Amino acid sequence: MVVFILRRLGFMVLTMVVVSLLLFLLLEISPGNVATKVLGPYSSEEQRTLWLAAHGYFEPLHVRYFSWLGNFATGDFGESIRFKVPVSEVLWPRLANTAILGLATFAIMIPLSLVLGILAGMREGSKLDRAISVTSIATTSVPEFASAVFLSAIFVFWLKLLPGTSGMTEGFSIKQLILPVMVLVLYDFGYVARMTRASMAEVMTTAYIRTAVLKGLPYKQVILKHALRNALITPFTVIMLQINWLLSGVIVVEFFFAYKGFGALLLEASLNQDIFLIEACAMVAVFVAVATQAIADIGYTYLNPRIRFA
Amino acid sequence: MTETAMRAPSHQAALLRALTSFALLRESWVGMVGAGIVAFWIVVAILAPLISPFEPNAILQPFAKPGTEFAEGGTFWLGTDQIGRDILSRIFWGSRTVLFYAPLATFSAYVVGILMGLAAGYQRGWVDEVLSRIGDIILSFPVLVLYIIVIATIGASGVNIIIAITFSSAPGIMRIVRGLVLDLRNRDYVAAAQTRGESSWRIMLVEILPNARGPLIVDACLRLGYVIITIGVLGFLGLGLPPPDPDWGGMINEARAIALAFPHMTVFPCIAISSLILGFNLLADGLREISLRD
Repeated sequence: MVVFILRRLGFMVLTMVVVSLLLFLLLEISPGNVATKVLGPYSSEEQRTLWLAAHGYFEPLHVRYFSWLGNFATGDFGESIRFKVPVSEVLWPRLANTAILGLATFAIMIPLSLVLGILAGMREGSKLDRAISVTSIATTSVPEFASAVFLSAIFVFWLKLLPGTSGMTEGFSIKQLILPVMVLVLYDFGYVARMTRASMAEVMTTAYIRTAVLKGLPYKQVILKHALRNALITPFTVIMLQINWLLSGVIVVEFFFAYKGFGALLLEASLNQDIFLIEACAMVAVFVAVATQAIADIGYTYLNPRIRFA
Repeated sequence: MTETAMRAPSHQAALLRALTSFALLRESWVGMVGAGIVAFWIVVAILAPLISPFEPNAILQPFAKPGTEFAEGGTFWLGTDQIGRDILSRIFWGSRTVLFYAPLATFSAYVVGILMGLAAGYQRGWVDEVLSRIGDIILSFPVLVLYIIVIATIGASGVNIIIAITFSSAPGIMRIVRGLVLDLRNRDYVAAAQTRGESSWRIMLVEILPNARGPLIVDACLRLGYVIITIGVLGFLGLGLPPPDPDWGGMINEARAIALAFPHMTVFPCIAISSLILGFNLLADGLREISLRD
């Protein structure tokens, strides 16, 4: 188990190092481009050369990479070209906003998809099962930007119940959070529900469930005490991996609703070629992704008694 | 001569198999609905020049509501956009864009993914180790973040979108193919081919690959749905195909700022793209149901 965790963490570090290298090569391989982006297209050749010399860009590529990596690891992300402040000053508040959005989404999505998935998987092939399966296919077929359009058309244009943007310019507002959360839940719950259903349906066909039913245990007890424990291992992994999807989803949703979060920041940085901000955002995104994957894997082996006691 | 004589029946057999699988699809109503939706859009894409009431890029009358009559004849059934182009015509023409790039990108991802998966699963050893690790690293990356950074840096164009989709989807396909190959490589017919002295690539492509097609077809349908979403999202974020040619995601992006006042400009392209994705997803579900049955 310890060896497994260490290997998993090792892979996590390896992934981040490889990604950082690719990112560095993609964005900083040519110093001339970096200088043009930082100083603007109207800067003179001399200004660029001076800036490059001052920031050590005439060192060999590998020296530059390692010094960049060193700065990065110690939390010095450089300065944002667009916002004219250190990257960390823009990054952390935006990340906190996205965390709020993500937590609210999970708080609704997890109970909803687990309950629906369990109900569908308990009696495979029943009418409820069919209905839930078809609904979840339908909701996962509607991309986030489309459901954002549909929901805004209904709740903002037609019913005039909710605000159409979530800029939160006058402080935090729950009302402005409703539509973004609805969009994310709608897209994500179908997949988790289907995975839960599959896992539950598989458990329901095992011998120990048949034994439990045949020895006369009440159905409720069979489900709650025997089936759920094993059926919920897969959804745990799926939900952790869902954070990776959520990272993509928030970009679309934050852009649509003008929510000041991490996803919108990443997009803005990319569209404006704000190099240091892109690097920081990308590394944060990768860290979140690989960390949740590691937790999912480690959690899975811990929860699965067949592996734990092996 | 002998070769053509031997080939002919196998073509007939392939046709027969295709017909049988279509007949099987009729048993799954979910799959039939999906096939119907996909077929509808394919027909629309082919007939776009004939059935579109207006030129897709012609500037006619801005901000027309759905159903408005045009002074010079014709009706804007779905209204016009902010610079006065007919939305219905743009949706029809836009189906060409999506039905051209999505299958092409999926196909390109499949070629790369299948070659990687065959090599990893059949050769094993360090080839497998290296390819699997590379795949793990790419797969652990949040896809949209990857697309945005890469496309914003190298520029938005059809080719770049295909490259980005291939790069991010090939590892997933590789994993599936590798798993199938690990099972198939121990079959007798592979051993027979090895004894005959066939080359590794011939065994992989001619002996193993055709027998792995079932799960791959289902996956391809699902993946097409995702690729359509991706192309739509990129268009919506302003990283899609350059204007003015109609692209569903791009149409939504252009009208986004005024969507709350004129919902028809965004709602109809959204219905179009969602229905097409739903079609592929239902088709995949139907095909899976059939493949599980026998």
